[in-house]
Amino acid sequence: MKVSAKRAVVVAATNHVVVPLKDRKLNFGNKWDFAPAPEDSKNYVIAPQHELFIGGEFVAPSSGQYFPSINPATEQTLTTIAAANEADVDTAVKAARKAYDKVWSKMPGLERGKYLYRIARIIQEKARELAVLETMDGGKTIKESRDVDLPLVAAHFFYYAGWADKLKYAFPGKTPSPLGVAGQIIPWNFPLLMAAWKIAPALACGNTVVLKPAETTSLTALRLAQIFQEAELPEGVVNIVTGAGETGAAIVNHPDINKLAFTGSTEVGKKIAQAVAGTKKKLTLELGGKAANILFEDAPLDQAIEGVINGIYFNQGHVCCAGSRLFVQEGIYSKVIKKLRDRIQTLRVGNPLDKNTDIGAINSRPQLEKIRELVQSGVDEGAELTQTQCTLPAKGYWFAPSFLTGVTHAHRVASEEIFGPVLSVMTFRTPEEAFERANNIPYGLSAGVWTDKGSKIFKMVSKLRAGVVWANTYNKFDPTSPFGGYKESGFGREGGLHGLAAYCRLD
Amino acid sequence: MNRLDVKKTYKLFIGGKFPRSESGRYLPAKSAKGEQLDNYAHASRKDFRDAVVAARAATGGWSKASAYNRGQILYRTAEMLQNRTAELVAEIARSTDVSAAKSKREVTLAIDRLVHFAGWTDKYSQVFGSVNPVASPHFNFTTPEPTGVVVVLAPDEPSLLALVSLVAPVVLSGNTAIVVASEKFPLPAATFAEILATSDLPGGVVNILTGKRAELVPHIATHMDVNAIVDGAGDSEISAKLQAGVATNLKRYARHAATDWFSAKVEDPYWILDTVEFKTAWHPIGI
Repeated sequence: MKVSAKRAVVVAATNHVVVPLKDRKLNFGNKWDFAPAPEDSKNYVIAPQHELFIGGEFVAPSSGQYFPSINPATEQTLTTIAAANEADVDTAVKAARKAYDKVWSKMPGLERGKYLYRIARIIQEKARELAVLETMDGGKTIKESRDVDLPLVAAHFFYYAGWADKLKYAFPGKTPSPLGVAGQIIPWNFPLLMAAWKIAPALACGNTVVLKPAETTSLTALRLAQIFQEAELPEGVVNIVTGAGETGAAIVNHPDINKLAFTGSTEVGKKIAQAVAGTKKKLTLELGGKAANILFEDAPLDQAIEGVINGIYFNQGHVCCAGSRLFVQEGIYSKVIKKLRDRIQTLRVGNPLDKNTDIGAINSRPQLEKIRELVQSGVDEGAELTQTQCTLPAKGYWFAPSFLTGVTHAHRVASEEIFGPVLSVMTFRTPEEAFERANNIPYGLSAGVWTDKGSKIFKMVSKLRAGVVWANTYNKFDPTSPFGGYKESGFGREGGLHGLAAYCRLD
Repeated sequence: MNRLDVKKTYKLFIGGKFPRSESGRYLPAKSAKGEQLDNYAHASRKDFRDAVVAARAATGGWSKASAYNRGQILYRTAEMLQNRTAELVAEIARSTDVSAAKSKREVTLAIDRLVHFAGWTDKYSQVFGSVNPVASPHFNFTTPEPTGVVVVLAPDEPSLLALVSLVAPVVLSGNTAIVVASEKFPLPAATFAEILATSDLPGGVVNILTGKRAELVPHIATHMDVNAIVDGAGDSEISAKLQAGVATNLKRYARHAATDWFSAKVEDPYWILDTVEFKTAWHPIGI
């Protein structure tokens, strides 16, 4: 009696119905609005037309054709980019072969390393400009391109520079030598970082390179070409050919390529594996993923929620290792959903050049359509969609941070890579169930584990069939740390000592 | 009156058991001179698929066994082989029509290879793993792990030594193997299977099929539950077919062609790396 009387008093005093805890929502009002803080982009001039970089010079494509490069946040054309055809790729491979035979493979390792150190330093000097260009060209937030991508780009060159004269120590009992000309095809999600992952170890080991950036994000790779010129890198050591799928196919099928490295979709990766069959080309593939992020009841919850948010919404979810499947242990499910729902409301979506923006633009219209289609399939198949209520800019390609609950293993959103800011949430009871379901897809790139119990971490780390496992953290990268997948997420490793093996012949 | 010899049909080795081919087929083994020896089972697609099931079932226990334990078991196979040297020498000699001395050299080298690789089980991850000095407050390390089920194609010759040299680096890390034995001289492999069966190797860790290589290759290449192929067959047509097929599920493919199987170079720990995956784990450092 006494208790209920007290409760009645409270209700009367506040004069509204008490909302059950699980339904309570944070009311941000306009308290969450920040003044705009855009990074200044006016100082950086983007030339109206970009050529191919072959033999140390910028040359027009033999087809005379150019395609537009669009800022996905504004839909404005930033510049036009040369489309390389088979003949251009052939010229680039010849330039790379000449540089390999005449200069680069003969150069002492220490000297090769000095070029890479020089490149790393120039990248550090121009980091802000490159970050702004990366953001304008690809739609990723300046916060990320400035604080994650660019520091890692410079660090990669710096790390592999030091390997160039120490390769014999990397392979005990073997004599390493370079492979020759490496053809490298990279994706649009981390344009400059992927270029660094590919070029730095290739050059450190004495190979020369023909690199194709993704057609929506060629700008910074061509800016990197200017840096190579400034560093006086011998002509032809790195050649950059821009274009779409046909340009990539010309590299894959070129008979004078010794090594192919591809980062992109599993679908294209399989085609490349098929094309390389029966040839002597050495191949490494870094492909798709659908990582499980496993949240145990004994996890440090607030820290874990931040990790889940970073795991899926980092770079708009355009990350092959994104933690796109969240497995929550049943006992904490409702608590986790409430925290997630509140946390995504605080994510700022909008102008990627604004320093306060958390979620930038989707890289291209086709990618936006793919995300929409897959999310719709999730809703159609019975999952429940939760999205932030933010206002999306009128121009550009945007997708509000989202998560799907009530997802089952049979749903497409539980196994297909969405490559967008969309999280599929599922539950589990036992650790065995967690790793079995986590492993029960063809991908095996990465995984996350959240628990305060050390022995559980080691058990999960050993059971998860994935190339990278983050325990009580997520989406961490470092040039010394090998990265790459199991199963259909590809083969070979990039980064660290293990990343050298992809670019060396061992005798 | 002379006593009539008892003829034996050599069988397949799947999951630690010796089935005949489910197809009921068998082939006559012939010596290098064309002399008719015994009959042996002619493995079918179904036999191969059964072998994959057996190999998959064995991965759990074998990969979980301690490296020390796997090393002891591989050493035990060397002990068993030593004990039955005479039997294998005779098998190789009558198949290939070489001298007993040359056959003996092959068998003793096979024993030594097993001893060599047995010792790698608890060492290769120290040599090839790493602790990575990342620039953030994280503990970060990379360790090799077995990839799973591996198909090994042995060359025709040397029928025993090449098989042992190819299989040992595959299974020592915790993989399980399905071996397609020498097509020309299958009997030494079948006899080796009988020796394995009486060592401590758990059933399904090594499975041995005899028959026609080209018939099995398309099924090997496209099987969705095979993780890797180690191709020692030394046939570029087969190699191209396997490589085209592996794209279906991105199996790992390694080729050891034109190898001098008697050379010490074959004792190469880098062969272990053809069928392992490198896993990198991160954990924050803090209080």
